[in-house]
Amino acid sequence: MKRVRFWGTRGSLPVALTAAELRARMVTAVKGARSATLATDDAVESYVDGLGFPVAGTFGGHTSCVQIETDSAHYVLCDLGSGARPFGQAALARHGPASAQTYHIFMSHPHWDHIMGLPFFIPAYIPGNRLRIYGGHPELEAALRRQMDPPSFPVPFSGFKADIEFVHLEPGVRHAIDGMTVTTLRQRHGGDSYGYRFEKNGRTVVYSTDSEHTLADPDDTKRFVAFFRDADVVIFDGMYSLADAISVKADWGHSSNIVGVELCQLARVAHLCLFHHEPAYDDATIARVLDDTRRLEEITRAGHALRISAAYDGLEIEL
Amino acid sequence: MEITNRAHGDTIVVAPAGRVDHATAADFERAVVPLLDAAKGSRAGLVFDLERVTYVSSVGLRVLMIASKKLRARGARVAVAAMQPVVAEILEICRFGAVVEVFATVDEALEAMKAP
Repeated sequence: MKRVRFWGTRGSLPVALTAAELRARMVTAVKGARSATLATDDAVESYVDGLGFPVAGTFGGHTSCVQIETDSAHYVLCDLGSGARPFGQAALARHGPASAQTYHIFMSHPHWDHIMGLPFFIPAYIPGNRLRIYGGHPELEAALRRQMDPPSFPVPFSGFKADIEFVHLEPGVRHAIDGMTVTTLRQRHGGDSYGYRFEKNGRTVVYSTDSEHTLADPDDTKRFVAFFRDADVVIFDGMYSLADAISVKADWGHSSNIVGVELCQLARVAHLCLFHHEPAYDDATIARVLDDTRRLEEITRAGHALRISAAYDGLEIEL
Repeated sequence: MEITNRAHGDTIVVAPAGRVDHATAADFERAVVPLLDAAKGSRAGLVFDLERVTYVSSVGLRVLMIASKKLRARGARVAVAAMQPVVAEILEICRFGAVVEVFATVDEALEAMKAP
């Protein structure tokens, strides 16, 4: 495995910067430039980079879609949220429509935000392409077909001209797929979700989103520590604060940055990537959560250092 | 883990010691929950004296949440006091400022509990 590339990172619902938010950032940037010397392009680039991510960047707004790049010629994707649209366009731009490709797509669960990108996933409409869609839900195929039915969408599932195959994966079994070893774990979420552990050539990536952790159950902790054990990257549902996750939003099926740090520390994970951001959070809030999470790791570290990042659309993590 | 409790008027002060983590949180919960049930029906408050606590994890904070939910439901107050800096920072990062009242000392917490 070479890298993880994020195409959609937002939870529940896509979001976008508003005109007012963009304007406020531009005002901040221009005010800061009054005292700066920006005579060269390099100076401008340096100045912009120094503004900080919540001003110069954005965590983005597409829903869940994560690509795992391996040395295989095939594509590996987790979930078909709205991020699947730009991913599909990028794949087409790279290969052109005449070059048939294979896409291995691992579905956490069939909730809307994780499947809404399929109707706009152009490779699915192109004959010769091959989509193998993996999941643990018996109703996964029905869910993907249903969202294409009228009156929800004008193109029926039969409009897809790629070869599409659904593959059911049993939890706890080590599956050999495209040169990887793939293990799934059933997670606590409305209607269940499945986490995926991908292993290849000594590298391990875990995709664990839409997963609530039962703090009262030590066995739950043990299961996830074993699932995350020694991973290079864990992509983790850090949607809520701990206080919210165990009170007003208990049983909503999501976790917190705090539990992410604790599980990854226990499992001696190298890199925790916060994912499935709360759609009500603006960039400054997500940046503050990231700072807090890094601080928590720092003050609770017991020898093993854990790298922490917050996923954004376009982020690449080298393995 | 070592957990003591004492009464100050209607208010109960619970004082755990050491780390409240995955290994010890069950002991903490077993010690705290009977106190919540014992005071059932009354508006007696609860103060967690955290002076001797060196670390608290999510499972430990869950016990504070249980106490907060139960006691606030009957109009009683829940507070933490005398936290070491690292524990105070953990509670802040976990957004627990709205879950429990925070005081610098146990005496301040007890004084506040007297207020109606």
